Amino acid sequence: MSLWRQLTRGLDVLTNRTAADQELAEELNDYLAQTTAALEARGLTPEEARRVARREIGNPIVVREQVRSYGWENVTEMLFADLRYAARQLRNNPGFAITAIVILALGIGATTAIFSAVNPILFKPLPYPHGNRIMMIFEARDGGSRLPSFGTFSGLSERTRSFEAMAVMKPWQPAIIGIDEPELLEGQRVSASYFRALGVIPALGRDFQFADDQFNGPNVVILSDRLWHRRFERDPKIIGRQVRLENSGSQLAVGNTFTVIGVMPVGFENVLAPAAELWAPLQYDPSLPANGREWGHHLRMVARLQPGVSKEAATSELNAILPVFTQAHAKGFEGAGGIPSGVIVTSLHDNVTAGVKPALLAILGAVNLLLLIAAVNVTNLLLARGAQRRGEFAIRMALGAGQKRLLRQLVTESLFLAVLGGAIGIALSWLGSRALIALSPPGLPRVDAIRVDNAVLLFALAITTCIGFLVGLVPAIHASHNDPQGGLQQSARQTSRSHQLVRRSLVISEVSLALVLLVSAGLLLRSLNRLFSVDPGFDASHVITMQVQESGHRYARDDARARLFEQALANVRGIPGVVSAAIVSQLPLSGDYEVYGMEFEAFPHQDEAAYRYAVSPDYFKTLHIPLRRGRLLDEGDRAGALVAVLISESLAKRKFRDRDPIGQRVRMGPDMWRAEKPWATIVGVVGDVKQLSLGVDQPDAFYTTPTQWAWVDNSQSVVVRTNGDAASLASTVRHAIWSVDKDVPVVRVATMQNLLSQTEAQRRFALIIFEAFALVALVLAAVGLYGVLAGSVAERIREIGVRAALGATRGSIVSLIVRQGMKLTVLGVAIGLIGAAAASRAIAAMLFGVSRLDPLTYTAVIGLLGCVSLFACGVPAWRAARVDPATTLRAE
Amino acid sequence: MDESTTDVIQGTLDMLILKTLSLEPMHGFGIARRVEQISKGVFKVNPGSLLTALQRLERAGWLDSEWRQTENSRRAKFYSLTRAGKKQLEFETADWNRRASAIARLLKAEA
Repeated sequence: MSLWRQLTRGLDVLTNRTAADQELAEELNDYLAQTTAALEARGLTPEEARRVARREIGNPIVVREQVRSYGWENVTEMLFADLRYAARQLRNNPGFAITAIVILALGIGATTAIFSAVNPILFKPLPYPHGNRIMMIFEARDGGSRLPSFGTFSGLSERTRSFEAMAVMKPWQPAIIGIDEPELLEGQRVSASYFRALGVIPALGRDFQFADDQFNGPNVVILSDRLWHRRFERDPKIIGRQVRLENSGSQLAVGNTFTVIGVMPVGFENVLAPAAELWAPLQYDPSLPANGREWGHHLRMVARLQPGVSKEAATSELNAILPVFTQAHAKGFEGAGGIPSGVIVTSLHDNVTAGVKPALLAILGAVNLLLLIAAVNVTNLLLARGAQRRGEFAIRMALGAGQKRLLRQLVTESLFLAVLGGAIGIALSWLGSRALIALSPPGLPRVDAIRVDNAVLLFALAITTCIGFLVGLVPAIHASHNDPQGGLQQSARQTSRSHQLVRRSLVISEVSLALVLLVSAGLLLRSLNRLFSVDPGFDASHVITMQVQESGHRYARDDARARLFEQALANVRGIPGVVSAAIVSQLPLSGDYEVYGMEFEAFPHQDEAAYRYAVSPDYFKTLHIPLRRGRLLDEGDRAGALVAVLISESLAKRKFRDRDPIGQRVRMGPDMWRAEKPWATIVGVVGDVKQLSLGVDQPDAFYTTPTQWAWVDNSQSVVVRTNGDAASLASTVRHAIWSVDKDVPVVRVATMQNLLSQTEAQRRFALIIFEAFALVALVLAAVGLYGVLAGSVAERIREIGVRAALGATRGSIVSLIVRQGMKLTVLGVAIGLIGAAAASRAIAAMLFGVSRLDPLTYTAVIGLLGCVSLFACGVPAWRAARVDPATTLRAE
Repeated sequence: MDESTTDVIQGTLDMLILKTLSLEPMHGFGIARRVEQISKGVFKVNPGSLLTALQRLERAGWLDSEWRQTENSRRAKFYSLTRAGKKQLEFETADWNRRASAIARLLKAEA
């Protein structure tokens, strides 16, 4: 009822404003008349009565304004009036408007773009039902963690009661053939419960069952929606269709025809392998032969907790289960690095985000600094505008506008400005999030989820509103506290001292915030330079690499595989421009790594774990890995001969100290602790090589030829050193390999230089963003400084004129202004240094070889900031020096 | 008029208006004078606040208004209490009495 009244009365007023005003005026008039009449009745003369009545009621305009401030229709009308006025203000000052809007758009756009990337990765739950119950499980060993083996998985999954579903997975890259062109696909081999652990079921067909995941079980495959769409035109009868896939990834796979049993739903996001488009059962041997792949630490394990079971409870349950079966399979464990000391359970979300969290949080912090600088800058601009508009404010107040009314109008103006900036900012952020996806380092999880969605829009709206209020409030309070009389008398140019003080402190804060960003960017830049000056242990120039995968049953036997790789190498060596070529089981800096145990005859019970490389003898020559002692591998080191091993320099030093390692005997990997297996002999020591990344120092390694290892690996990288540009030979090398077997997939083609820079992609990503932000911050700080000084020069023009008339030289006037500006810079730098020292903690995790208080970086940044602010001061100073005393003095 | 004084009255102004109008329909000035007279000059009503309050009470459905001739044949806007207004007055009076007696008891206990 009353709501209805509110609405109808309000609409009445809106549709007939003059009538409403008329009525109010009449009522007020009547009130005045009655008061006057009452006073007259008390004996005052009519004139006196009118005067007293007027005084009692007060300014009728103020009364009317007070009454008119009530009611939604009046509030909205006032808002529109304010908005119209704000728009007119901006139109009349396009320079100011464009500057402020561009600054706000940059700030809001950058912040929103970063938020659109950080939100899904760090803050949103994973896209699975009860995603917080999904865990990753690792083996604990020697105080570290390692990937579990199939043996560990089968032992745990058979016995656990804490988990609903437990699964292991490994990458799989089959080539699809038969329809259209052959295409190499990214996929996964998974155990039967994989999708149940994630909590997702196929949209079409069925999930894997335990019967599918049998040793030598049926060849079945589940497709992603994308693949179904791309290769099968959404064939509704896809279930049951036969698909030919080469390289099943299993050494003993029979045949290569797979039956499609399911298609995953459209939105299914596979965070554990985002590129995977098809899945087949793992089909490992549940009898766990002691020297089989079932004991290799190359599987990732994911599991879903039972409802109500905590991570800690589950961990202790698994730790209790572990000894139950490790003893029964001691041989299997010993062959691959030993029995684990326990398990490590981490949430999938932590596992997926842990690697990128420090960088993302640092970037989020940086963008917030940038937004702050933008806000401070616009506040400053508004303050300067406010100073120019003092006369206008004074007139409004003299005409009866209340302080609140003025405040509201000014905040409306700044909100209007912020909304314009925010709208452009959101458009920018849409581009920005595209750019972030394009720039994103390979390891960045959930890239598919980066987009400007409702949450991001809401975020943008929230910061726009906050910024609108913040930037408007200080200038508005300032303006509304003006004394109207003073404002009317003074020329509009001059500003109060407190006003200047606020503007100066804002500039100081801008300079200090810019310094924080510059120092962070500088430290990252230095880190990256340090990293790239790290010696990787090999010569990356003029080297092209690619991975060859043996394909299916034709290469089931070791000797067949060995022959394939030897023939391929021979063909590659015949290419003109190729200096040398070799194969290696795990390419340095490729992201792969494989660690095996090593038993030393001279040091019983002091086993080591080291990177294992199976390499052709030319490997060292091809990558220029130096020989330190003994000899390199050669053609004589082949199956049947005594096994020859090379070890890395660090391993040799650590293990043998002053003793000569040459001639020492070892057993490796599956041969460890098996007396019936012959010892292998260390024949040489080679230089250390970076395997994981330039920043990680894990130099222990050993090398054998492919045929002297327990098996011949089914995927090997070909490494080719060329005379000229390595990349240009890529396709020739590929065809040379295909001339041995046209169906063998050749993948992951990259120059060694490429791999080298890829390993630091995340740091580089952070650096690019920090550099961009720091640059913008520097420009904004310079603009702020310039603005304040220019304003101050304009204000002091008369004083400067007097000085010049009294004989001040141009030089002294320039130095007067520059000193004034540099004082602000120095203060800003001093505060900024404290801030930078504190903020550098946040990026400490990303630094390499540089202290977070690196003096060189700080000095360089101070120098840069000094130069830029000198320039920003110089322009107004130069203008001041050119003041003609005669003109200024005459103008007064 | 001093703003703090207005604020003090503000809380009770609605009730005073409703009470005054419960006797007979009245125009704005009449209400102001009646409040001043009955309170023996303790409360002085600012016309801005009064007219705003009248608008608010009317919007809330507690008052009706119409333009009528006054006794000395001027046109004035007369306000009268509605049924909902009567109920509201009862509620506010009871509420006020409850508060006032509580405060009175507290003050007595202090003394």
